[in-house]
Amino acid sequence: MSALTHDTHGHHDSHDHHDHHEESFISKYIFSQDHKMIGKQFLITAIFMGLVAMLLSLLFRIQLAWPGESSDFLSLFLGETWAPGGVLKENMYLGLVTIHGTIMVFFLLTGGLSGTFSNLLIPLQIGARDMASGFLNMLSFWLFAGSSVIMLVSLFIETGPAMAGWTIYPPLSALPQAVEGSGLGMTLWLVSMTLFIAGSLIGSLNYIVTVLNLRTKGMSMTRMPLTIWAFFVTAILGVLSFPVLLSAAVLLMMDRLAGTSFYLSDIIVGGEMLENHGGSPLLYQHLFWFLGHPEVYIVLLPALGLSSEVISTNSRKPIFGYRAMIGSILAIGFLSFIVWGHHMFVTGMNPFLGSVFVFTTLLIAIPSAVKVFNYLTTLWRGSNILTPAMLFAVGLVSTFITGGVTGIILADSALDIAVHDTYFVVAHFHIVMGMSAVFGMFAGVYHWFPKMYGRMMNTRLGYAHFWVTLVGAYGVFFPMHFVGLAGAPRRYYDYSVYGEFDQSSFEMIMDLNVIITVFAIIAALGQVIFLFNFFYSVYRGPKAVQNPWKSNTLEWTTPVEHVHGNWPGALPEVHRWPYDYSKPGAEEDYIPQTVPLAEGEEEH
Amino acid sequence: MSFKLVTILVIVLGVLAVAQLVRLYELSSKLRNRREEEITNRDNKLNANLLLAFMVFFYGGFIYLMSHFGWTGRGDAASVHGEKTDWLLNLNFVIIITVFFLTNTLLFVFAAKYIRKPGVKAYFYPHNNKLELVWTVVPAAVLAVIIILGLKTWNDVTSESGKESIKVELFSKQFDWTARYAGKDNLLGKFDYKLTTQENELALLTAATLDSAIQYMEFGKKDSTLLGIKLLESKLNNPKNMFIPEDREKMETDLDRKTRLLRLLYQIKARHNSKLDAQAYDDIIQKDTLHLLVNKEYEFNFRAKDVIHSAYFPHLRAQVNTVPGLTTRMKLTPKVTTKEMKERKNDPKFNYVLMCNKICGGAHYKMKMIVVIDTPEQYASWMKSKTTFKDDFHKAAAPAATEAAVAADSTKMAKL
Repeated sequence: MSALTHDTHGHHDSHDHHDHHEESFISKYIFSQDHKMIGKQFLITAIFMGLVAMLLSLLFRIQLAWPGESSDFLSLFLGETWAPGGVLKENMYLGLVTIHGTIMVFFLLTGGLSGTFSNLLIPLQIGARDMASGFLNMLSFWLFAGSSVIMLVSLFIETGPAMAGWTIYPPLSALPQAVEGSGLGMTLWLVSMTLFIAGSLIGSLNYIVTVLNLRTKGMSMTRMPLTIWAFFVTAILGVLSFPVLLSAAVLLMMDRLAGTSFYLSDIIVGGEMLENHGGSPLLYQHLFWFLGHPEVYIVLLPALGLSSEVISTNSRKPIFGYRAMIGSILAIGFLSFIVWGHHMFVTGMNPFLGSVFVFTTLLIAIPSAVKVFNYLTTLWRGSNILTPAMLFAVGLVSTFITGGVTGIILADSALDIAVHDTYFVVAHFHIVMGMSAVFGMFAGVYHWFPKMYGRMMNTRLGYAHFWVTLVGAYGVFFPMHFVGLAGAPRRYYDYSVYGEFDQSSFEMIMDLNVIITVFAIIAALGQVIFLFNFFYSVYRGPKAVQNPWKSNTLEWTTPVEHVHGNWPGALPEVHRWPYDYSKPGAEEDYIPQTVPLAEGEEEH
Repeated sequence: MSFKLVTILVIVLGVLAVAQLVRLYELSSKLRNRREEEITNRDNKLNANLLLAFMVFFYGGFIYLMSHFGWTGRGDAASVHGEKTDWLLNLNFVIIITVFFLTNTLLFVFAAKYIRKPGVKAYFYPHNNKLELVWTVVPAAVLAVIIILGLKTWNDVTSESGKESIKVELFSKQFDWTARYAGKDNLLGKFDYKLTTQENELALLTAATLDSAIQYMEFGKKDSTLLGIKLLESKLNNPKNMFIPEDREKMETDLDRKTRLLRLLYQIKARHNSKLDAQAYDDIIQKDTLHLLVNKEYEFNFRAKDVIHSAYFPHLRAQVNTVPGLTTRMKLTPKVTTKEMKERKNDPKFNYVLMCNKICGGAHYKMKMIVVIDTPEQYASWMKSKTTFKDDFHKAAAPAATEAAVAADSTKMAKL
């Protein structure tokens, strides 16, 4: 049965629509202005950055599990300068933690997720020839690439990379006397992030304009796939919040280089009495988290959008509550701007202000709950096909729940006091933001790989990758809750200090740290399967058919072979929403958006 | 070296082995005419079962960890408000763990149970307003309870401390804590960071500390570990001295800075009301251990010298950041003495602790202070051994003053 449908589409993918303007290598692969190529460039860069960040985390996990023990692995990567005798230096530990966080949040999850899939899917799913501005799109990638290079370079300088944590709170980040990484390393961090923000801003503006202006005939806003809604709201969040981070970074730069006192007041450091007076470190925190919180949703919304599409396609059912899903995305997007203070309950901020943020933060749980229940109902009585992408999407819903519920504890200021900045927080955001977003990204890669490379990834290796990742990642982050409830502060180089005052906590933390590190190593090895599968399939995977997952959305009506302008002929016209799966009365269990409504058929 | 070689060898062999396996798999797929996008019912079923198996493993792990470590692995709360927040924490945990089990179970069971079966079409079910209303309203109602209880507790915890509360200041710097008790008058003396000297690390403000700070600023220290303005001036003005341009610039900047700071110190001196000195003089400065009285309300004031730190008492369920240029506050009533907690935890070496919980530099993890909660008798006998800031300062400042005078003399000599 199904083989037949493949054949009918299968003939398209040969050389019928060959682009006749032969492009040079440089304009095709390097300074490409084609959104599909730019999406792939983002993906490859982000995968590389993600690998680096994962490696950094392994290095400090080894120190945490076996503090003070010599490790060949550490000396292999860090050498005598940063790991004399195979034992990690205190300062480098902070440097590793800082750069791990920065790369993961910005370069992998922001650049890799939104950058890759907004670029790839927005024009394809709304029926546009390309982005509104191909040139700006290219610029956006190259700013991202430039900032990646600078961030990596900062790992190799003499005084080490930035060491003030990924949130780079001043005064620590402003004073080279306080920690050596706050010298050149921090300057490079700030330069890198400035480029990153510029790139992200250009990209986001482009996404917004494209979604608003370039939808094909019939593609009304309420017929857009949820992926596009997610990318659209993500881009708006980025445009409104990233400039605030830039302002925070510029003021910090001025404090560091021009002697201003935005964040500094009454400080004596390294025996030197500074003159700065009247500044407030809290100002920085407000500015930082005004980006920092929307950033969480900049990371999460695309993952939720991708998984909505993947779950609907592979359960062969319409996504349940399409409009409620859009409403949730909008509500989450809006609320994300008025909750930043929940990162600051114990910073000395006015407690009354704290209570306002408790209220707004806990409100976010409502649209999030709606999304979860809608996913569950979509799976209910479906005809679920557990492709690797589908498994990752299911995994995402699980991590979104598991990590989400602990957010209720952290959002409750009275409860936050005891667990603020402990491993409980680390567990919370790694599960709800890290795991969810990475799972969303993997779901996206497995699902749209045929669209990106015209080939299929190996399914069995995909399964192996999923299971190792799911078990490994939960094994890393779930026990961290217990480490945090035992009171362990984050960013500690060595928890054996607990031996001096609390034996039971000491034993528990040390035991769990070993377990966590073992799982981390397993999870990291699991990613080798993915890398192999990915690069092997790019070159040698079996050729893909036009619509391998029998999906409704427009990207699967384009030819397998990439062409400039996406559709060789006229742009497709849209007649229905994207979720007509298993519609009663239809012959097939999917009806592409381009199929006109049958006589008497109602639109969903 | 051999480790590196072996590592590289293993990686290379591993990649080759997987590549061969994949080739084999591809050939067999081709033979059987199998396509990657077609998930066989066998694979589908296998993964569905794995989902259920994972769920069991996941829950098993959770229950094991919970029974093994409990959900507050650091033991009972040892403060009055801590008992309230722990109660609320437990309530919240009951709610979220219920939700966690319920929704995760539905997720894995639905995903596994409703896998594709031959001849069964998925149920077309695009929306249901009633259901959607239910799962908007129910979470909203539960959250309302959580918010109301949470804010009530938060207001209790952060409200102003009572008039009778004992005032203690905790001063943080890279990488240790210093406590300052308010003394007999229960008033903490005033301070200004510019008064920081070796004898007056907490920069308390009195007529004597002002004079000594001015003295240091002008004349520095005899052993030249601290350059005073006068010495800097004479060095820079001496035509016989040759400097590398960078060094000269550095010294000039230092001189400018110190001159401006000195002017500010004189301004403080001009405005200074020496009647307030007594508030500072009876303060008691304490390093190493923080002694607290059981069942007494405390008001802590926090200061930071260099970067942000966070005063974190895990067992007392208390935490607030210390911020340079800003005094932060917190009230706290210890409820369980150290002795009692040692017995409860069955750990004779147990101690309460004040840790730093905000990244503050390389030795961040070592920045801590042991906290001892005493009975009134223990506390009184410990307090007896303490001396006031007045005594401490005069004892330390007396030799330093003569030293400074000598330094002043030698500067004059150098000028000649």
